[in-house]
Amino acid sequence: MSYIVKPRFHHPGLQKNDLGYTRRDYEGTLTTLCGGCGHDSISAAIIHAVHDMSLAPHQVAKVSGIGCSSKIPAYFLERSHGFNSVHGRMPSIATGANLANRELYYLGISGDGDTASIGLGQFCHIVRRRINMLYMVANNGTYGLTKGQLSATADLGSKTKSGEESQYDNIDLVSLAIDLGASFVARSFSGDKDQLVPLIQAGLSHRGFAFIDVISPCVTFNNTPFSAHGYKNTWENNVVLSEIDFVPMRKEITARYSAGKEKEITLHDGSVIHLHKTSASYDPYDRENALHHVNEYKKQGKIATGLLYINQSQSDLHELNDTVNKPFNRLNEHDLCPGGDVLQDINETFM
Amino acid sequence: MSRMKPTDISNPDYFHKVVDCQWACPAHTPVPEYIRLIAEKRYTDAYMINWESNVFPGILGRTCDRPCEPACRRGRVEEQPVAICRLKRVAADYKSDIHARLPKIPKKKNGRHIALVGAGPASLTVARDLLPLGYEITLFDRDAASGGAMRTQIPRFRLPVEVLEEELNYILDMGINCHFGTEITSMKELLAEDFDAIFVGTGAPLGKTLELPGYEEAAANIHTGIEWLANVAFEHIDSIGETVIVLGGGNTAMDCCRSSKRLGGKDVKVVVRSGFDEMKASPWEIEDAMNEDIPILNFCVPKRYLLEDGRLCGMEFEKVRREYDENGKRLLIPTGEDPLVLPCDDVLCAIGQDNAFPWIERNLGIEFDRWELPVLNQTTFQSTHEKVFFGGDAALGPDNIITAVAHGHAAALSIHLLCEGEDVNDRPADLTTLASQKMGIHQWSYDNDISHDVRYIVPHASKEKTLNDINIEVELGFDEELGFAETQRCLNCDVQTVFTAKTCIECDACVDICPTDCITFTANGAEKDLRQRLLAPADNLEQDLYVSDSLGTGRIMAKNEDLCLHCGLCAERCPTSAWDMQKYLFNTAKAVHT
Repeated sequence: MSYIVKPRFHHPGLQKNDLGYTRRDYEGTLTTLCGGCGHDSISAAIIHAVHDMSLAPHQVAKVSGIGCSSKIPAYFLERSHGFNSVHGRMPSIATGANLANRELYYLGISGDGDTASIGLGQFCHIVRRRINMLYMVANNGTYGLTKGQLSATADLGSKTKSGEESQYDNIDLVSLAIDLGASFVARSFSGDKDQLVPLIQAGLSHRGFAFIDVISPCVTFNNTPFSAHGYKNTWENNVVLSEIDFVPMRKEITARYSAGKEKEITLHDGSVIHLHKTSASYDPYDRENALHHVNEYKKQGKIATGLLYINQSQSDLHELNDTVNKPFNRLNEHDLCPGGDVLQDINETFM
Repeated sequence: MSRMKPTDISNPDYFHKVVDCQWACPAHTPVPEYIRLIAEKRYTDAYMINWESNVFPGILGRTCDRPCEPACRRGRVEEQPVAICRLKRVAADYKSDIHARLPKIPKKKNGRHIALVGAGPASLTVARDLLPLGYEITLFDRDAASGGAMRTQIPRFRLPVEVLEEELNYILDMGINCHFGTEITSMKELLAEDFDAIFVGTGAPLGKTLELPGYEEAAANIHTGIEWLANVAFEHIDSIGETVIVLGGGNTAMDCCRSSKRLGGKDVKVVVRSGFDEMKASPWEIEDAMNEDIPILNFCVPKRYLLEDGRLCGMEFEKVRREYDENGKRLLIPTGEDPLVLPCDDVLCAIGQDNAFPWIERNLGIEFDRWELPVLNQTTFQSTHEKVFFGGDAALGPDNIITAVAHGHAAALSIHLLCEGEDVNDRPADLTTLASQKMGIHQWSYDNDISHDVRYIVPHASKEKTLNDINIEVELGFDEELGFAETQRCLNCDVQTVFTAKTCIECDACVDICPTDCITFTANGAEKDLRQRLLAPADNLEQDLYVSDSLGTGRIMAKNEDLCLHCGLCAERCPTSAWDMQKYLFNTAKAVHT
């Protein structure tokens, strides 16, 4: 852990976004995680992504549970809303917050313990309920905070630092999310920001439940030569199924794309993603096809990454329940007590 | 496609260049090292580092041209550089007695005898370097006392005589045969005296004057700046007319106008031909003059001296404007306005100075170039005569004290090599060390928690006080508290970020933590291409990229040295110590016992 405050000096040529902020304005306090933790790279990727999208800090709400992963909202978007909840219960908080204010960008941060173990039930239900949010799992296959036991996402046969071998098959969160009906599912690697940043941007822009499983090595307890979730293995066995470029709304599209392999996807907020498939047989719109590819690569000991599945036609929780458009905090007395005429109308419907 | 080669950090210049202040200093004083010592209140230690390197810390701490400060990295990450020069003065002001730390002068001499012509900073540096080695030194100067330009050109309100003499005496007391008031008029005769080597450090003694219509009649009230300053220094002159015009925009002009203010000048003006922004004087000297209510008029070309009853009464100037021709050359075009007439009692011409060697016969094998400067090897400072060396302003034309000191060190080494019968071109390597500063997991032996404070201003004595007495020093210097606060602004650029490619696991921890986006992991390429592909563009081409060997993923690490704060966070976050903070000490090779 570093004890000094990160100097405020920054590169004088650092780009300002449409709001006049530099990337440094989106930072949080200095990390207290181990040096080299993948989670810090996730923080950095989120800072890049949100800055480039020119989101004002107050438009974003960070929610998390417990664990090394769930600490990281302290290290980015210092001026955003935040709620650090009970272990595995981030989905409940996110659901409640989202119901109360549908206008914020919800960013859920969880870990493999928080999501795949204690919070698995909550996870399944938030996917099923189609909360409009980006849910990210910093997945390192180990319980780092309790000194490196095997987690539920540790692959069969992988070993802890002390040599204990995993007897069980892992819970694959990507397959689970696709299966339960998430409408945007991606996997990435903390070490590869070129891939991760546009995925975060697309996930935030996507309307509906977006999920990114981020392989995020635990440098202290799970970065041995036999760690499936270590830096070396992830660099070497990373198979990119799709590459995406993200162009935020209002920004001019400058890159040219060749037809056929490239797909241009316009998201609900007007942002555009350019999706480049690296395999001809793979179809990110087809759930079964996406699941098939993820599982095929898993069998080969490979990790399929990129935007794996997207479905833009699914309604989210608010649409399904026909909720009020305004956030609760902007509902005034007239909205809440619309008067006798409205009551009359309602009563008449029961006649 | 061309690719960058891994940086060779064993090249002594590589990390030296990262220490911008030291690299820019002609004498290569290890600046961050002494600033840290000041922060620890180890003023005497800080002073001695300076004394070894630049010989006149107290003098330079008040008068240096400070090439280090425009180079200071701090000026690239915020507005103002560290006040390096005035911190040097802090070391000098608060040190304790240093006599015990001065080099011992051997009683038994080595049998070599060196003549020094001129007693300025260059010559005295040669003496300082050679006396501890047992050389016998004979010094000649036409003036009545030592110091050269440090005594004659710098007014006492910038450099008190006690400070000057203290530092001159450290050297003179080592035992020099001094011949003051002795002008050498013939190099031939000097050579005949059989010295083992002769060092010429006679400065640039010839002030330029401006001969315009009316000059001859007005000559009694037209003075050459450097001669006038020298006469003020030796107290031959103690007054000037009430209305004074100073011509010229260099530091001499600033000293002339400020001295005039103290010797009876009530209405003192500086007039420059070109633009205010083109003035050669150091910005702080201009600022000090303006603070003393001295106006500076620009774009006025002097045309003639005006006379009344056969005596100077004013000057006429033509108003001009600035234009650039197609080659980008600056032109001064008359505006056609009425000429500007300024009344005056005296004019001081501070429009430049020249070298002059009328005393060196041209048939001795000492060649001169077409500017009448000696032909020299600019590393050894040896002339075309094996035994004759030049340094300071006498060598390469008017410059500054710290440059003269640097020449002196180089010439002393050459003289020593010559006397040892070695090749003066075969010079010993500079002394460098590179050592890890790691103390604990996240603890360094230097204070990496730098201050965000803006540059502290040196307090001045009141104008009422200083304008009435030319001997009262204007700058009071930092007190210990202000000095400490200023030291905390130093970025410790000598504590280098050293990268070991083979232990890097490419986790991006350093990239993510770096406050100034210096570090990028990317595909190799040509430097020009790479500079644009970094996390933040590296547009300052004077600053290097530190490039690693190929890493596990085939990428390289490229670090832009330009804006690195040397905060050590990359090394603190690095899980494998692939980054380490290592202090690089660089000392130029000097004459030593072999």
